[in-house]
Amino acid sequence: MWRPSTRLALLAALAAGLVALPVISLGLTALSREALAVWPHLTANVLPAALGDTLLLLAGVAAFCGIVGVGTAWLVTQHDFPGRASLEWLLVLPLAMPTYITAYVYVEILGFQGPLQSALRALTGYRSLRDYWFPDPRNLTGAILILGLVLYPYVYLSVRALFGMQSAAIVESARTLGASRWTLFRRVGLPMARPALVAGLTLALLETLNDIGASEYLGVRSLTLSVYTTWLNRSSLPGAAQIACVMLLVVVGLILAEMHTRGARRFALPVKRLRPVGRSRLPRGAAWAASAACTLPVLLGAILPLAYLIGEFLRRDLIIQMDAAMLRSLANTVAISALATAVVVVVGVGVAAAVRLGREPWLPSVARLASLGYALPGTVLALGLLVPLAAFDNLIADASRAIFGASPGLLLLGSGAALIIAYLVRFLSIALAGTQSGLARISPRIDDAARSLGAGRRELLRRLHWPLARPAIAAAALLVFVDCMKELPMTLLLRPLNVETLATLVYGHASRGVFEDGALAALLIVLIGIYPAIMLARAGNGERLAAAS
Amino acid sequence: MSVKSRLYAAALTSCLLAGPAFAQSVNLYTTREPALLNPVIEAFTKDTGIKVNAVFLKDGLQERIKAEGANSPADVMLMVDVGQINQAADAGITQPIQSAVVDKTVPAALRGPGNNWVTLTQRARIVIGSKDRVKQDAITYEELADPKWKGKFCIRAGQHPYNNAFFAAYLARNGAEKTEAYLKALKANTARKPGGGDREVARDILSGQCDIAIINTYYIGLMSKATNEQKSWYEAIKPLKSTFAGGGTHVNVSAAAIAKNAPNKDNAVKLIEYMLGEKAQHLYADGNFEYPVNAAVKEAAAVKLLGALTPDTTPLGEVAKNRKAASELVDKVGFDN
Repeated sequence: MWRPSTRLALLAALAAGLVALPVISLGLTALSREALAVWPHLTANVLPAALGDTLLLLAGVAAFCGIVGVGTAWLVTQHDFPGRASLEWLLVLPLAMPTYITAYVYVEILGFQGPLQSALRALTGYRSLRDYWFPDPRNLTGAILILGLVLYPYVYLSVRALFGMQSAAIVESARTLGASRWTLFRRVGLPMARPALVAGLTLALLETLNDIGASEYLGVRSLTLSVYTTWLNRSSLPGAAQIACVMLLVVVGLILAEMHTRGARRFALPVKRLRPVGRSRLPRGAAWAASAACTLPVLLGAILPLAYLIGEFLRRDLIIQMDAAMLRSLANTVAISALATAVVVVVGVGVAAAVRLGREPWLPSVARLASLGYALPGTVLALGLLVPLAAFDNLIADASRAIFGASPGLLLLGSGAALIIAYLVRFLSIALAGTQSGLARISPRIDDAARSLGAGRRELLRRLHWPLARPAIAAAALLVFVDCMKELPMTLLLRPLNVETLATLVYGHASRGVFEDGALAALLIVLIGIYPAIMLARAGNGERLAAAS
Repeated sequence: MSVKSRLYAAALTSCLLAGPAFAQSVNLYTTREPALLNPVIEAFTKDTGIKVNAVFLKDGLQERIKAEGANSPADVMLMVDVGQINQAADAGITQPIQSAVVDKTVPAALRGPGNNWVTLTQRARIVIGSKDRVKQDAITYEELADPKWKGKFCIRAGQHPYNNAFFAAYLARNGAEKTEAYLKALKANTARKPGGGDREVARDILSGQCDIAIINTYYIGLMSKATNEQKSWYEAIKPLKSTFAGGGTHVNVSAAAIAKNAPNKDNAVKLIEYMLGEKAQHLYADGNFEYPVNAAVKEAAAVKLLGALTPDTTPLGEVAKNRKAASELVDKVGFDN
């Protein structure tokens, strides 16, 4: 029997192989002879505009998430102001909103018959848009703001965790040296936040890159959308694969930038109990300004859209939508997401443990490869997986017919296992990164100490790493769960007969142009997502406690 | 495994494996939304005792059936765009539909090559105008390019399949050069960036953002029945009799095909024949204000609302063939930028 670390290394290699599967199948498609014929058209007419729009979108979302995420994280960890304790976790809430739902809600709220324009007309006596100008969210700026509002919590969460764990000594020294609050933020806070900022931004930008629902609805012609139109309108999967490869380059760029920023620095914490930073009390005006600054993102990112959905729910008596089919898709959604989360977390922890304990020099690269799935657009990934998974299914079905005279049908695709595999490939990086960040805070010197006391690898994992990294792993698990629940394109393509989830239900109605028929399902997605989001915010606190204990 | 995850696993297994209690079944892969299909499916099961297992897919239905290959459970596929169904036939994942009922009910022009697919309903893509601000009651599609509509024309994304098929029809009639000029002129007339859905163009007419727009006919019907603010969108617009110059109205279809490796082929034929019957045509077409393909169906909701349809004579196969070129032209003129 192999040693545990070897078994873990094998698991890591297997996971990386699974992630590589769609990438390879994508690459092969992109290089086919038919594909080479499409390339000139793409470079001349599609890529310049799509790449430009995508880069603008990414830059805008990065700026928005960076400013809002870091700013609010600094305020809630360093200062005291009215409502701070609630805002600390409320700021995570927008994460529960799927981007496509927020986009829809904002188009309604800001629309001609929305509350704002109606009030304006009632006040002024104007009658139509020919009489006045009103901001329209259906453009690049609108998309940046809306995606930013939903995605800033990625930055907030990671930066807040970092601020919360800094030794009080640094901040206090700076204060003693007479640094003003602003100088403190600029000279101490920002440099400290950089690695966490980059990590959070990477997640937010990958989500942006993958988004299809919101950007299509808001009329942004992103690379992802171009993948779709090339594939569907021109029946050119190879062309789509090429655009997807360009996207992959953008992603690799993002990841390289992250690694570069992280550099050789290590962020392991000392073992001894950390004294939390004492929050400074703000003068009255500044305190209220801080409250307002932290309330605004929560209000716009979560409360307003949620209130709108609930308002529609009440106004239209949408409770009648709660029928047997709705309950079934609710059960499907929770069951599939929970099962997928369990699988993703187990594999993620396994790979992270392999990297931590293994001696094989190739392990870090393998782990990085296993993280790539998050960067692929859902549909492209699902298409890439479809071929190998179906081939496997057919192999089993044919063999079983030859041997037993009966076929079980399509094993993976027919049972929903294919969907779980797709979630694994897509979301593994969340569990992996979560576990690794948890492990990174445990100094290797502790490992050495435990070893010298005679602890084996298994014991090291069980008695040291697991308890210390558990909060980080739990937080990652919650993120994976929410993401699985919201996931649309892969679910749509890979689920078995007669299975609907809440997301496919919403999509079915929205694509008929009657979003309101799916409003209850949308509300359920948000409500189920809120609980994990709150847990996530709490887990951030718990992490601090765990590290301190 | 904790108790909780065990429970989840059990729940999942029961969700996924709950087998049908029917002796007979037929498996349906559809890009048509379930809410529109369910009434017909329920009636079919009630009348025939054959259970329908359905999966609603959107993009990638074809790729999935192709990948599933010889063991694919798919019997019938339903699609809502002539380009897509034609492409499925081209990809070799369909088989000829052998049915006297189909041959008798549906004119050959509305069936695919070698009977590889069959039209179930038709929908037209027409021009609507503001009731207050547009005087004329008829228009040619060519006229939309007239500079008099500058800053007054609204349309969803040019790459959307509905527009793509419309531009492909234009291309089939007029050739690449004229189509490119047409797209440029249309783009120059737009009041806002092409985007959103079909219904939103009606809202934008109500709000005064535009005067004239392109929409699929069934959306007009659905808005007319709406109980929310969409009713006011409907009331702000009027359908214009829309034709190609010297031709008819642009139509697209919802269509069905039988999968090449259908395990329940007989039931597949039964389902398609059922959907062409008068009862199902009423249920299926009227539910979404589409034009029934079965000529025996009288008083269809779409006809009552919008009058009889004079489809353009360009064969649907030609439209499908020009889709790719049309899509490239849309990119070339930067229609969606």
